[in-house]
Amino acid sequence: MVGLATVFGAGGGTSSYAEAEIADVIVMWGSNARNAHPIYFHHVLKAVNAGARLYVVDPRHSETAQFADRWLGLNVGTDIALAHTIAREIISAGLVHRAFIERATVGFDEFAAYVDDWTLERGEAVTGVPADAIRELAHAYATANAAQLCWTLGITEHHNGVDNVLSLCNLALLTGQVGRPGAGLSPLRGQNNVQGGGDMGALPNKLPGFQDIVDDLARAKFEAEWGVEVPAENGWHLTQMFEAMERGDLRSVFVIGENPAQSEADSQHATHLLESLDHLVVLDIYLTKTAQLADVVLPGSASWCESDGTVTNSERRVQRVRKALDPPGEARDDIDILLAVAERLGQRWHYDTHEDIWDELRRLSPMHAGMSWQRLDELGGIQWPCYSDDRIEPSYLHGRLWADDPAERGRLAPFSVVHDEPPVEALDDVYPLRLTTGRRLDSYNTGVQSGGFSSPNRMGETIDVSPEDASLMRITEGELVAISSRRGTIHAPARIDRGLRPGLVFMTMHFPDEVDVNVITIDATDPKAGTAEFKACAVRIDKLPVDIPLAAAGD
Amino acid sequence: MSEPTTAAITLNIDGADVTVPSGTTILQAAGGRGCGIPTLCYGDTITPKNACRVCMVEVEGSRVLVPSCSRPVEPGMVVRTRSERVDHSRKMVLEFLGSSVDLSLTDHVDEWNAEYGADPTRYGADAATLADQPVKVDNDLYIRDYAKCILCYQCVDACGEQWQNSFVIEIAGRGFDSRVSTENDVSLPDSACVYCGNCIQVCPTGALMFKSEYDMRSAGTWDEEHQTVVDTICAFCGVGCNLSLHVQDNTIVKVMSPSDSSITHGNLCVKGRFGFQHAQNRP
Amino acid sequence: MDLKTRAAPPTDAEREAVESVLGPTPERSLRDVRGGHALKAKRHLLLPTLHAVNDRVGWISQEAIDHIAERLDASPAEVYGVASFYALFSMTERPAHQVHVCVDLACRANGALDEHDLPPGAHPSPCLGVCEQAPAAFVIDAGHVAQGVVAGHVTPVQIATWTAGATPSSADQPFRATAVPQAGDPSLVLLRRAGRIDPLSLDAYLGDGGFTALARAREVGPEGVIARVKEAGLTGRGGAAFPTAVKWDAVRTQAATPHYLVCNADESEPGTFKDRTLIENDPYALIEAMSIAALAIGATEAFIYLRGEYPRAEATLHHALAECRARGLLGHVGSEGFDISLRRGAGAYICGEETAIFNSIEGFRGEPRNKPPFPFQVGLFGKPTVVNNVETLYNVPGIVLHDGPANRRLFCVSGAVRVPGVYEVELGVTLGGLIDLAGGMREGSELQAVLLGGAAGGFAGPADLDLPLTPDATRAEGLTLGSGVVMVHDQHVDLVDQLRRIAAFFRDESCGQCVPCRVGTVRQEEAVERLAHGIDGTADGTVDLALLRDIGQAMKDASICGLGQTAANAIESAVVRLGVFR
Repeated sequence: MVGLATVFGAGGGTSSYAEAEIADVIVMWGSNARNAHPIYFHHVLKAVNAGARLYVVDPRHSETAQFADRWLGLNVGTDIALAHTIAREIISAGLVHRAFIERATVGFDEFAAYVDDWTLERGEAVTGVPADAIRELAHAYATANAAQLCWTLGITEHHNGVDNVLSLCNLALLTGQVGRPGAGLSPLRGQNNVQGGGDMGALPNKLPGFQDIVDDLARAKFEAEWGVEVPAENGWHLTQMFEAMERGDLRSVFVIGENPAQSEADSQHATHLLESLDHLVVLDIYLTKTAQLADVVLPGSASWCESDGTVTNSERRVQRVRKALDPPGEARDDIDILLAVAERLGQRWHYDTHEDIWDELRRLSPMHAGMSWQRLDELGGIQWPCYSDDRIEPSYLHGRLWADDPAERGRLAPFSVVHDEPPVEALDDVYPLRLTTGRRLDSYNTGVQSGGFSSPNRMGETIDVSPEDASLMRITEGELVAISSRRGTIHAPARIDRGLRPGLVFMTMHFPDEVDVNVITIDATDPKAGTAEFKACAVRIDKLPVDIPLAAAGD
Repeated sequence: MSEPTTAAITLNIDGADVTVPSGTTILQAAGGRGCGIPTLCYGDTITPKNACRVCMVEVEGSRVLVPSCSRPVEPGMVVRTRSERVDHSRKMVLEFLGSSVDLSLTDHVDEWNAEYGADPTRYGADAATLADQPVKVDNDLYIRDYAKCILCYQCVDACGEQWQNSFVIEIAGRGFDSRVSTENDVSLPDSACVYCGNCIQVCPTGALMFKSEYDMRSAGTWDEEHQTVVDTICAFCGVGCNLSLHVQDNTIVKVMSPSDSSITHGNLCVKGRFGFQHAQNRP
Repeated sequence: MDLKTRAAPPTDAEREAVESVLGPTPERSLRDVRGGHALKAKRHLLLPTLHAVNDRVGWISQEAIDHIAERLDASPAEVYGVASFYALFSMTERPAHQVHVCVDLACRANGALDEHDLPPGAHPSPCLGVCEQAPAAFVIDAGHVAQGVVAGHVTPVQIATWTAGATPSSADQPFRATAVPQAGDPSLVLLRRAGRIDPLSLDAYLGDGGFTALARAREVGPEGVIARVKEAGLTGRGGAAFPTAVKWDAVRTQAATPHYLVCNADESEPGTFKDRTLIENDPYALIEAMSIAALAIGATEAFIYLRGEYPRAEATLHHALAECRARGLLGHVGSEGFDISLRRGAGAYICGEETAIFNSIEGFRGEPRNKPPFPFQVGLFGKPTVVNNVETLYNVPGIVLHDGPANRRLFCVSGAVRVPGVYEVELGVTLGGLIDLAGGMREGSELQAVLLGGAAGGFAGPADLDLPLTPDATRAEGLTLGSGVVMVHDQHVDLVDQLRRIAAFFRDESCGQCVPCRVGTVRQEEAVERLAHGIDGTADGTVDLALLRDIGQAMKDASICGLGQTAANAIESAVVRLGVFR
């Protein structure tokens, strides 16, 4: 969200799902949407089946890449190099959208000068992608009537994830592939309400509706509604919180619906920090590994089926969730729990219904003002912004950038000069393999929610290796092997995947109880967004001397 | 289904003039599903194959009857939705299907049989039938009971180009031996099936069914009258797919998706369709 | 699609067979893979690829299916769905040596073994299109050089020899011109080269005025050609008798490009063998005629879809096409020029339907499409397309060169006549006149019935000998010329047996797409069987005769295509006109 907000002032995908269907070029960059966002990919396939060309940029020849007109298998962590090479090719081939650049952007000359030595040859040398493929993608993207550029965690889960996003935004600015029907930038959110959490102000520097905490006017509005003083400085993001725990500045933590003891990179270290807190409260529907460390566990409800409210999806569509089941046992609606906690803390918050809470948000957040629950029901959800209850805004953002009137055009979009930086952890003779991580179709995150159903395709955690590496290391399909990084060693069965090239290996994070992959991942994080570099670390694989029973894996 | 364009076309249906946008089908012009024209292979989200031929109507000047679900209207068309020929062909299609497959879970069949005087038993006890084949139960998520399959092609199209693009099932064989099949009829776990269940969503006859529903029906505990259907949003990933939770006794027994959702068009992935168990592992 | 790779690779023979159509198997690329639309564009090579494997190995294994799927970016289920549509393919292991014995109408009437009397290893086959030599058999030897021989006048002893492993020699094949009793008659137009010119020699064809019509067509241009075809009154000879000029002009004026031409040589109507006869005796004339048609409609690519049971016609055409390419009479130069691809059917009567043929060529199941849209709007590969029958096209060169009406017609006369064969007559000859032309009834034979137009046609009786064989006159009698079948049955032929076979034929050949035909053809056969065995339950068969009427009406009214719409015709006419089952 940080990258898009830097360029466009709003941290949301610029297009709607349905707009993918009218694009004639679609680039999926660091996104295995076929597995991770299957129903979004349906919209992409509608376009593809109607003739649109699909380019997939991914180190792995992924399930998504199998649908591509062309797959570009870049080296892990060379996304900025590839973006710069594409940019340079677009500029040198004269394919930039001159009018859009002049009207809607700033910083083009500096950017053009900066990328000028990213020739196709240099791009190929750094990224590993043949120059011809880079050239084809550059020309297709620049000359498309409407191009979609989509990404997921393959872009953001790097130590320089924000810079990655900025480098992709540059391509849209060069070519005017934003702010028009079908043309735009679509980050696909990994979690069901990541967008909604941001919308609601669950960011260290924002109030609901992306209003800055440091903005006195905005803060005054909230203070008037809530009758309390709102602290005027930005808070900490997750990585900063862990740093504060390390320093001893943060001693008490309330965790709601997260499992950082397993989901954080370098999980052994994270667990240690959580254990050392004075007070840890966890609100969850499961007794997660984190909850097991807690002083107090508050059993909550499954928000999607045991409570009423809203969520926001990756196309900024706010939709209603509704209660279908009563929560089990003593579990309570999360909102009841929060109200009760507030009461213990001396605040009597009163709402008759969940809808009352929503209406409070509508009073405070202009971009949600027009979204009554009744309207959300009638219209099948509404995309933000929705300023008024008698109007629906265009389904894409930033149409303003094409306006003739400078006042309407507003803040111009800046090109970003970002530096190509390799992954923090370099390969060497001891750790010669690049491990990257991702999702499988039938599992989700740490498997807490997805482990409950009997999926015929679930194969458990594996270390996926290329046929060449398997043969070189004399590893057979299913053989249990040791995977080591500078931080630790785990065991997992090998799986031979023709979608991988030599030197590249892959794991998920779906089965932490069996194989705790985050024992070996690196905790380098992006200083701008706090996202961890799950996508790149250096490992080695060793054969085990004798067959160790699978149950012992991960010990 | 192509979007109707704006040009207006006037035609005559059963004696009344009707004006509709061009690109509209006869069925839509007549009022869509529920207008009195029976339909079987016509679904909400799939371009109809018009293979069942139960929606046939008479169009003046046409040598044969025409499928109302697929034929676009033309200016001056004169349509009769009931006539001796129409009724005869509907009756015969109902008899052909009723005598060869199990329509016990297909909506409206009893009322249509009565309306058109269809008697599927008149072909005798020896009439070739597909209704006696065993149910395919090869995984824990859904079953395939091809004794109930009318070959409407909707599951094939949902699995294929129209939605899922997995192409795990196709029509195989020919004629009366045609059947929905994986390659060489391998089991679903041996196929490339991703268990999205988008085939179940479109199946009009109950041939494709959640294993949970199948088990409850087998045990006699399936009770639609005491089920509620609540629309909500899937909790997996950030796409925000719309779910319709079918709940019986505070337990989710089936998950569908609204066919009019601009996000899903009735489709889900395996997590949305079957990944609800975590919400009901109850003490 | 989602791929699930199975561990087992194809055999070397299977891989080589696939490569013979699709080219070398690409190396696994680690950095850059092209797929998507470029791969999908090869889907039309699926049927030839399946043929290549089946020809090489004799059957198509799961490993071969997986491999083909991977090469074409299709799924294994799709490949299996297509392969299992065709009777000549097997997805279970079988010997490379296969014997297909015709059990269809003309052969049954001429003493063929019944389906149930075949020796082990012999497969019953629908009509093999050599009815003038009935009974017939088709022996296939898969292998490095696959071989297929269709033999005529086969005996049970021969069949036993072949099923034991022997292969018929080329001497067992009927002589090409044997099917043309009028060969050499100077008045012939369509059959004028049969038996007179070496069908393998392009020089002989050129020496006999070959390709002068194409030169003339180039002079008069597309509109000039169409005007002449219109003036000649040429109508389609496949059965529907639609004016050819109208069809051509409709495609010529379509804005969408490219335009395609398809020659429908999937001659599968039982009792029909004129396409085979024309192609085997005069292949270059078809190429010239198609070149003219393509010029008229603005097509640069054309397909000939030839039925799979015609190995000699296929070889003849292959040779002729290669000769023409070598001499520059066919072939693309850049985007210019014109070429013809030869496609072989694989045992599916339905693929002769004008839209099913598109799906088959495109690599999908040969199921008919709904009309509208019509082929002239949305045809092959979704583009404006003309589909012409073989005989229709053979009329074209003459029309371009000479004035005068297109009033010659071919009839496939088989059964109890002295000299069966393909006869060319002027439109208007009577049924009796045609039988006389074929030497009259065989010694000791008396006319019992004539099947006109094939299994989709109807029965005429001895009272119909004066019936002029014109579209109008036959239609007035509730009959049809169809594909020109005139199958003459004498008193020894069991008409009930013929009806049982017709019912079985449609049940076998229904594609299965629509309910009226898929189930209707089964219910029709069941009723015919009950009537044949007198187990209707009523003394006079009223229940099943009524049922047949009900079924027939529904198939006629509600089926998607002509197969279902005509599947009851012959049975109905036998009941109504000849009183069978009464």
